[in-house]
Amino acid sequence: MSAVMTGTWVRQQRKAPRRRRTLLTAGLGLLVFALLAVNILLGSYTVTIPDFFAMLGGKTIPGASFIVMENKLPQALLGLLAGASFGMAGAIFQSMLRNPLASPDVIGISYGASATAVAAMVIFGVRGAGVSVAAIIGALLVALLITGLARGRGGTGLILIGIGAAAFMQAAVTFLLSRADINNAQEVLVWLTGSLNSANWERVTILAVALVVLLPLIAGGSRDLRGLALGDDTAAGLGFNVSRARLLLTILGVLLAALPTAAAGPISFVAFLSGPIAKRLNGGVASLPLSALVGAAIVLAGNFTAVNAIPGTSLPVGVVTGALGAPFLLWLLISSNRANQGG
Amino acid sequence: MNSTLALAKESATPITAARSPLVWLVVLSAALVLVMLLSLAVGARSIPLPTVVDAIMNFDAANGDHAVVASRMVRTMAGLVVGLSLGLAGTSMQGVARNPLADPGILGINAGASLAVVAGIFFLGAASVSSYLWFAFIGSAVAAVVVYLVASLGRSGATPVKLALAGAAMAAGMGSLMSAMLVMSQSSLELFRSWQVGALAGKSWESIGAVLPFVLLGAVILLCTGRLLNTLALGDDMARGLGQRPGLGRAISALGIVLLCGSATALAGPIGFIGLVVPHLLRGLVGSDYRWLLPLSLIAAPVVLLLADVVGRVILLPGEVPAGILAAMMGAPVFIAVVRRGKKAEL
Repeated sequence: MSAVMTGTWVRQQRKAPRRRRTLLTAGLGLLVFALLAVNILLGSYTVTIPDFFAMLGGKTIPGASFIVMENKLPQALLGLLAGASFGMAGAIFQSMLRNPLASPDVIGISYGASATAVAAMVIFGVRGAGVSVAAIIGALLVALLITGLARGRGGTGLILIGIGAAAFMQAAVTFLLSRADINNAQEVLVWLTGSLNSANWERVTILAVALVVLLPLIAGGSRDLRGLALGDDTAAGLGFNVSRARLLLTILGVLLAALPTAAAGPISFVAFLSGPIAKRLNGGVASLPLSALVGAAIVLAGNFTAVNAIPGTSLPVGVVTGALGAPFLLWLLISSNRANQGG
Repeated sequence: MNSTLALAKESATPITAARSPLVWLVVLSAALVLVMLLSLAVGARSIPLPTVVDAIMNFDAANGDHAVVASRMVRTMAGLVVGLSLGLAGTSMQGVARNPLADPGILGINAGASLAVVAGIFFLGAASVSSYLWFAFIGSAVAAVVVYLVASLGRSGATPVKLALAGAAMAAGMGSLMSAMLVMSQSSLELFRSWQVGALAGKSWESIGAVLPFVLLGAVILLCTGRLLNTLALGDDMARGLGQRPGLGRAISALGIVLLCGSATALAGPIGFIGLVVPHLLRGLVGSDYRWLLPLSLIAAPVVLLLADVVGRVILLPGEVPAGILAAMMGAPVFIAVVRRGKKAEL
């Protein structure tokens, strides 16, 4: 084999992961776009593509306009944004703590956000952006609490303490709801399993603006995550400020978990599922943009299933993602046990 | 392992150790009587303790206060039955699984029972506690087996963290299926709103009577396993060497646990953390001898549950907070404390 040929071979091998990532991103992007279109156009009420664009342009079609513009479109967009945000939040915690089980919904951060969001609404009557602020405060508090309590107890200690915190926060949410005497079962389920059924333009706008503001931070976090993936010592040796990166990523992860929770409730297991799926697709390398796409795809597909599975009833999307996520968690436990590195 | 060490210490000094559990037996029994009286007296309409005692001694149907006491009697009995079932089951689970985090709530067994009951109502139209019972038994048995199998695959066996995670996964998945059924059927939701949060209110004597035989059977089975759990704490090999059969013992205990968890869930809905907290409190009082822990948990767990119920009645007047919610809010911090105290290697 000549040296030239070896050179091309090596170059090809080096380029392969990048090409694979580009292809993957494009493919997942297409999938998300298709699911978005399916959510908006199909279902119990079908809309043609020309009609849809006519409505976007401002034309009013009796009946269709209201359903699409006030119901289906905000629901689909909220699903897209919430899924992407949850997906990134999960990937951040999972890769930072180097454990697929350490996603914000397993360790109680999402439930912390729900608890304070519900408290703000029930006790203080807060609406709109205030709910997001409350959710962020709750998520931050839980994150501080569990990292403080788990100091020096390793990853498994943190996860177990997080499970305890999640149980407490869940009870707190139920407590607050029983106090509020909300008789609307839908509203209760939003805060216990997550649902897009109560989506409106206000929630979509708040989440969209918040995510746009966070974009530079997300780009920075993506870089930090790649640095930390080398291991703390190697990263530090390469002149990387490890503790600063960890702090930044924790804050970013908390924000990305809390914001969609305020808008759609803690959609079960999206944060937990997205990271590992994206990582596996990407050949074992964690990636924030891919996790965001996978998260969005899961929520959109889940929502379409939930809304249309049973004629006449619209299930909350969290029911579908929860039913999907639980077997995956069990499988993850079994397969990591087999490799004998469980927990 | 913590419990092994404590056990060794215990058996080295049998005479002094045996005295203090007896004292606690008396203290806890007194506490139980007191809390039961409290449970009869406290509520939206408070009744002075002498009147409560009077109502018990010579009941007068025409007396309004006596009628209130009589209605609270059902609730108190429900708390007693559910509490002792969960306490005994939790203690036994911690011994059988050799796992300080075992609890019917955390390991997903209550969730399994709930899902089966909701499915029974939704698909088969079950409508009374005596028919819920059988669904609850099947559900809790299936959940227990699946969680234990998933967690014990692999060489290191069923470690606390794997059991807790497998339980959390089961509970979350079953919760999703349950909310799916509840959303689809408004009538099931109405029926199960109060049941799902673990409330002791609104039970009937017939319901308690329906679960009682199974609770008694389960309790007798588990109370006989004290010696077995003590030897299991030394490890399976040691237990075998001492003439026990660990596999058979675990299966018998599992039967008792399923009977108790299923009965408790059928009667009052899923109530978590009572089974976790009580054995840990008792270990602090009397050490790790299961021959004492099991009977004491039978007395101490109703104290905790009834206390939670009484507190839930008064903190949000005129509304009530179901005992299950308060139990979780009090129990989760204890769970975290147990995790923090355990050494990393143990988990």
